[in-house]
Amino acid sequence: MIDVLIIGGGIAGIETACSLQDLGYETVIVEKERTIGGHLNNWDTLFPTHRPASEVLEYYTEETRKRALTIYLNTYVTSIIKLDDGTFEVNTSRDVIFHSKTVVIASGYSLFNAERKEEYGYKIYDNVLTSADLEKKLKTLNGEFKTPTDKVPEKIAFIHCVGSRDEKSGNHYCSKLCCVTAVKQAIHMKQICPQADIFCCYMDLRMYGPGFEEMYREAQEKYHIQFIRGRLSEVGENADGTLQLKVEDTLAARPSKIKVDMLVLMVGMESPQSTALFKETCGLQCAPNRFIQPNDHHIGSNKTNIDGLFTAGTSIGPMSIFDTINHAKASAITIKNYLSRN
Amino acid sequence: MNTEAKKQIWSSYQKEIADNNYYYARSCIRQNFFPASEVTFLRILREELNKNIFDDPNHTTCTGIGYHSDIVPFDTIQTVVARHFALMTEAGLENVAISCVTSFGMYTEILDLWHHFPEQLEKIREYLYKATKREFNIPKNIAHTSDIIYKFRNEIAEKAKHKLINVQTGEPLNVVEHIGCHYAKMFPTKGVGGAEFPQVLSGMIESWGGNVVDYPERRHCCGFGFRNYLVQANRGYSVSNTKKKLESMKPYKPDFIVANCPGCAMFMDKWQYTLAEMEGVTYDEFGYGIPVLTYEEMAGLVLGYNPWDLGLQMHQVQCEPLLDKLGIKYDPKAKYLDKNGNQMPLPEKPSCLKV
Repeated sequence: MIDVLIIGGGIAGIETACSLQDLGYETVIVEKERTIGGHLNNWDTLFPTHRPASEVLEYYTEETRKRALTIYLNTYVTSIIKLDDGTFEVNTSRDVIFHSKTVVIASGYSLFNAERKEEYGYKIYDNVLTSADLEKKLKTLNGEFKTPTDKVPEKIAFIHCVGSRDEKSGNHYCSKLCCVTAVKQAIHMKQICPQADIFCCYMDLRMYGPGFEEMYREAQEKYHIQFIRGRLSEVGENADGTLQLKVEDTLAARPSKIKVDMLVLMVGMESPQSTALFKETCGLQCAPNRFIQPNDHHIGSNKTNIDGLFTAGTSIGPMSIFDTINHAKASAITIKNYLSRN
Repeated sequence: MNTEAKKQIWSSYQKEIADNNYYYARSCIRQNFFPASEVTFLRILREELNKNIFDDPNHTTCTGIGYHSDIVPFDTIQTVVARHFALMTEAGLENVAISCVTSFGMYTEILDLWHHFPEQLEKIREYLYKATKREFNIPKNIAHTSDIIYKFRNEIAEKAKHKLINVQTGEPLNVVEHIGCHYAKMFPTKGVGGAEFPQVLSGMIESWGGNVVDYPERRHCCGFGFRNYLVQANRGYSVSNTKKKLESMKPYKPDFIVANCPGCAMFMDKWQYTLAEMEGVTYDEFGYGIPVLTYEEMAGLVLGYNPWDLGLQMHQVQCEPLLDKLGIKYDPKAKYLDKNGNQMPLPEKPSCLKV
């Protein structure tokens, strides 16, 4: 019987495991991918410092190595069953069944599938990318930046809130991080393509974290990025492969049309499919936004409606990396208290 | 551009369309603009598809244009539409096939109103009874006639004499499709795909071998806009909207435009003449303009009907270059003969558009 089974080997899962291991508990991580680190593997730089994501990833890789954490890669959980004695049986895709005193769901988030917003042209028009695509492109950039149709961009637009705060997508909530990611990426693009005009079309700019507002100001004052408060209604492709955006500028109170070489859709965060599976197999309670419902938003955000089943990171909703790390540390303390009591 | 992804998304938005036994609600303006389109629709349904459709001589205008021009009060148009439903009920039918998108929008709007405000329905029942002693049932299925052609597009394809393919090059014809706002925007769930995923015309084009043109102003207004045209002082606005669409589609070299709204087809056709006269511009390569068809005319050409029986000679932009591309034989001398073979007066030639 292991003390803690952690579902997910992203930053939240690794940090929870490291903290619990340091407190003397035996942990096992189950990760569906072939490597740890989750979405961070695909990220180039992090806000608000533009620090390479690889630094954080290397830190956690080293922490994992130092503690010799037990990790099952390429393994996904098929069910969580709470037994009568209060322990858990966790079934996996590998014919391995774990018995554990507690379980932590650190399975993170899925990115919104931008194809669902057909009017934005993702996977239809070549020069429409998502924020995640751009990060991958920047991560592997070698030489001059060019659009997918091999052009040095002269105009680039970022569209905020794609699949967030959007009734049509069924996502009423804010994904929190897309605003600051757009500002970060816009600055990055201006740095590597100084000739380009860059536009950000936003609903609100939710610069909630330390250093975010300053970065937003810098984007305007130093990098001359143009922020347009308004929604994109649709994208069309011109015969030359450039994109025509129809945007409502709600401050100027008029519609406008912008021709760009590349469009970046700031895709939001969604609850992963695995959460729905856990809901089904063990009666886990989810919020209307489909993320896991914390037992108490203020004083028990790591707890769920099931005793002994805990959360860490974005399985309860959108979070930045530093919020995720803090939430994972809190999860370790909460689990320690639970195991001490039981 | 990956149009397959778009097609896939669009095809997931469908509506229920009755299979047979329709009460035909004719259009007042279509009979003037495209005089053979409605008779072609009846011919296709009866002769090609063996469907039962009742073309009722007692049917009248829905008064929709009057309503949208603030001339006809809402209670009046509701009572007129209620009378149409009474005629359908008396004919023993339950499905309405509506020719005009404005009528389609009106019928849909009125049914939605009655659904939410049943007391209004009772009031209109009373008005109709007092005026005509008629009673009515609510139709089970409301379809625009383009919905019905769309539903049977594959059956029509099986009977096709011509495909939407350029016989000289073997390439699919580039077709611009345009959906009427009263069909798609008022109650998006009542049309095939609403305004965002309107497969109704693109489905026909693809089934019949054509290539649908995706261009930046695809969803832009045709330029009619009722008040933009009906109020004379606003007509520049109407022309400028059509111009925006035509300029946007021009680089894609469309072989023709097809629309499911009388206003759209009318204005995208006639304003080409106006723009040619005003600015000396045409939107095709050779100065003829881009032909604009109704979906019945397009279906009729596919089925091998005589273009002059389809009324194509009544269009502003002449269709002969398109007929040549399709490999359709026609008699130029018969173009302006009436149904008895008598020569009709020939129209004046425009100064810029070639005919």
